Amino acid sequence: MAAGIVAGRRGRASCAPRRRDAAAPTGLPDKVGAHVSATTQAFSDHRAAWLARLGDATLVLGHRMSEWLSRAPTLEEDIAMANLSLDLIGQTRAFYARACELEGGERNETTLAYRRAEPDYRNPLLVEQPNGNFADTTARHLIFSAHAAPLYERLAGSNDPETAGIAARSSREIAYHLRHSGEWMIRLGDGTVESHDKAQTALDELWPYVPELFEADDLDRRVAASGFGVDPSTLRDGFDAAIDDILARATLKKPALHFGQCGGKSGVHSEHLGHILAQLQFLQRAYPEARW
Amino acid sequence: MNVRVPERLARAAVAETARAAAARVTDPEIPALTIEDLGILREVEVDDAGRVTVTILPTYSGCPAMGVIALGIETELAEAGFDDVRVRLTNAPAWTTDLMSGEAREKLRAYGISPPGRRAGKRALFAPSADVACPRCGSSDTERVSEFGSTACKALWRCRACREPFEHFKCV
Repeated sequence: MAAGIVAGRRGRASCAPRRRDAAAPTGLPDKVGAHVSATTQAFSDHRAAWLARLGDATLVLGHRMSEWLSRAPTLEEDIAMANLSLDLIGQTRAFYARACELEGGERNETTLAYRRAEPDYRNPLLVEQPNGNFADTTARHLIFSAHAAPLYERLAGSNDPETAGIAARSSREIAYHLRHSGEWMIRLGDGTVESHDKAQTALDELWPYVPELFEADDLDRRVAASGFGVDPSTLRDGFDAAIDDILARATLKKPALHFGQCGGKSGVHSEHLGHILAQLQFLQRAYPEARW
Repeated sequence: MNVRVPERLARAAVAETARAAAARVTDPEIPALTIEDLGILREVEVDDAGRVTVTILPTYSGCPAMGVIALGIETELAEAGFDDVRVRLTNAPAWTTDLMSGEAREKLRAYGISPPGRRAGKRALFAPSADVACPRCGSSDTERVSEFGSTACKALWRCRACREPFEHFKCV
């Protein structure tokens, strides 16, 4: 775990990519698909590569949320988690489908979800972290939605009308996610001694994954410059405003952190993603082209 | 020239027939409403070869009804005599509950679901939601049970006046 942690600058934390071996990328990729796996090829269109990254994040988080089904603390919460998961999987399909249209090749949303290997996934490390207890899941969802809310809101101004439409719709949905996870965080933080401690621990443990969400690479800068996408480094203020308000109401402390974990965006993941994909992709790997 | 005019008229009539057939398709989750009422049906075009292209607007990202709706459109159009039908999804501009007509809202209420508020817009993160009237007794003395319900588009509410639980169509 020590690899990848770097001492950061004063103020906002920066992050360094995780390194597994000498062949792994030593920095964020200079060009689209710098890291090519044996199973698939890089995207031929930079807009497609960027949209697929958004889809990877919502797919992995949606899958994680679905692991709660039938195990949530109450029936209402079980239904809520199913709905949150469904929203995320639906957003994934829209992002992937548009990416494939822009690329104009043979690939479709199914091949992107089921036929790629770990290094092809470019989701941030945050979303693949295990569900843990209910406070861990709530903190993870709060961090993700406080980041996705300003992202989707800005992406609704994309110069691609289809992408703008997907983002506008997703933005209204993610507002519910932020409110739901925010309300729970306040209830847990401002609840009993035990719920407060669990909520604080969850935040402290997940905070190293925050900087990666706002770290821009060449691909981010390229789509932002062309008016298609959004540079994530410009979203931090919106995130901080929402988080500060919620944590103050929850009587929780914002972790003071000057380093971060990253690597997901360049295809270098924690061990958890492989386990997720094994479960997610089993059926399509065992029975290619299987249909309902 | 005088041959083309009736041809064009006939084509307009064909397109109208196709649209009327597509507009009969109802939402599988809320059979009281047609896809036209919901604002899902965007466009019905018939080309020279008689091929029909129906463009629909997905509501919620995760709404599983879209597949069933596409199938329903193909079935209705086949019954109206159109065999070559393509259903196309579009995301632009994004669907909103503002696309539902007043008539559609009344149908929803009569069906037992409290309709979405007017003018979907941003509200502050923890601001109270606008008044939701009970679809059964009309009282606005209601409370939210859960922001999530049986489908992505509905929340669970309860009426304090008549004590009945009910569903509220979210305003997005």
